[in-house]
Amino acid sequence: MTKELICISCPIGCHLEVTKNGDDISVKNNKCSRGEIYGREELLAPKRVVTATCPVRSDLMARIPVKTTGAIPKELINSLLEELYRTEVKTPVSGGDIIIRNFRDTGIDIVSTKSLPG
Amino acid sequence: MRDITTEVLVIGGGSAGMAAAAELRERNHSVAIVERENLLGGILNQCIHNGFGLHRFKEELTGPEYAERYASIIEKSSIDVFTGTTVTEIAKCGEGKKVYAYSASHGMLIFHVKAVVLAMGCRERNRGNIGTPGTRPAGIYTAGLAQRLVNMEGLMPGSKCVIVGSGDIGLIMARRMSWVGADVKAVVEIQPYPAGLTRNIVQCLNDFNIPLHLSHVVSEIYGKDRVEGVDVTPIRQGVEVTKETFHIECDTLLLSVGLIPDNEIARKAGIAINPETNGPLVDSSLMTNIEGIFACGNVLHVHDLVDFVSEESQRCGTFVSDYIQGKEEKKQFRIVPGSNLKYVIPNRFRADRDNHFYMRSLIVRNHAELVLTLNGKELSRKKLRHIQPSEMISFKLGEKDLPDSVLGEESSLEISLVG
Repeated sequence: MTKELICISCPIGCHLEVTKNGDDISVKNNKCSRGEIYGREELLAPKRVVTATCPVRSDLMARIPVKTTGAIPKELINSLLEELYRTEVKTPVSGGDIIIRNFRDTGIDIVSTKSLPG
Repeated sequence: MRDITTEVLVIGGGSAGMAAAAELRERNHSVAIVERENLLGGILNQCIHNGFGLHRFKEELTGPEYAERYASIIEKSSIDVFTGTTVTEIAKCGEGKKVYAYSASHGMLIFHVKAVVLAMGCRERNRGNIGTPGTRPAGIYTAGLAQRLVNMEGLMPGSKCVIVGSGDIGLIMARRMSWVGADVKAVVEIQPYPAGLTRNIVQCLNDFNIPLHLSHVVSEIYGKDRVEGVDVTPIRQGVEVTKETFHIECDTLLLSVGLIPDNEIARKAGIAINPETNGPLVDSSLMTNIEGIFACGNVLHVHDLVDFVSEESQRCGTFVSDYIQGKEEKKQFRIVPGSNLKYVIPNRFRADRDNHFYMRSLIVRNHAELVLTLNGKELSRKKLRHIQPSEMISFKLGEKDLPDSVLGEESSLEISLVG
């Protein structure tokens, strides 16, 4: 089975050709090693990095941006978003501060991507 | 009123302004930044998605993280930063420049400088620019404004959206609106190909099964107080096929229909504008036609990656430094965009150093070639795997690649694409 995928690891967007032959998966047309990883994962268990916001009390902004520290399974995204929108972040906060630790045992944390003074 | 004397004033504290200012400070010049908003970072602050910094920092950062990398350099340096401050005018003053600015906290400021760096970025085209017929109800936003409302102010622009234009901001907003619970009905693009990066089509539209109508326009907007729906019409051979018009019910229309360099202050100062980019015409040192005024980043031409903005602006910083030190100005030669190229930046090159070019294609092709022709003779060729108008092409012409002997007074270098 051969599938054409567009790599989303970076803005170049290589047009990958992913072939599954039994347990053997081969990835072609990738310009870097991350393309190979993406091609395999997208075929077996698609994952996405999620960026969103949490409410925050600050003079500078009403929402603070956050991200997952890695890609999480697509089917967990909606429950993650619901939890994030309910989580109010207290200032001061630094970029990289953990907002939710090890979400649903994925090994992935949700961290702040902005520093705000108290 | 306060008078401030510094060597360089950078107008704009976004990615371009911060990179130029940091480089100038690194080279021991006194620098001030004037920023309209209350935060450094510009548009990056509302671009909470990731994908920034892969070239620059070799890692994937979100917009606010990318901004913070530079903001922390600025904060640790002795660069004077004036936030919440707007520049209104650049005037000549002897050998240097006088720049007028205003703010609630500082009052009126007059900067006396040797050089000015324009780094004001760009603004969004709006409904007026694309002339969409229909009523004028609430619920029509530019995509970037909606992004700011959602990501920084925590406000919902609407619940059922149609997005006009497939530029990156529009695509990113399709996913963002979906993730904050809105129903994104469709993206409508007038061109036969998407305007945004391919990766954004994949993860912002395909992941959510949002239809992308290529070669279609929004031909009518309905609603009195609030948007109630739009008509969408296919285009064939440049003509609207009205009998195939269909209706989409929605309460919100987001416009992602291009960006224009924000050059009001530049125009007022008499700076010549390139009609292809809507940014200033610049020489090989990114200096405008007015001596001592330089431009970099989106105010010069709209970039698709912030990494390129930082690179260009840092380079601009080195050129400004050379200018202030009065380094001998070498002869510059003309660059002409040839076939299939919308523009090439800068508009001049020098034979005694490397030249970095950024250019934009007019065509979509796989396996194209970039051809450099000097005085009518082919100089070199470079293979390009894939080109499309939405992906900027960067190219470096090394000093050693230029035969000094063939350069004469009237030499010009033509850059074209062949597919």
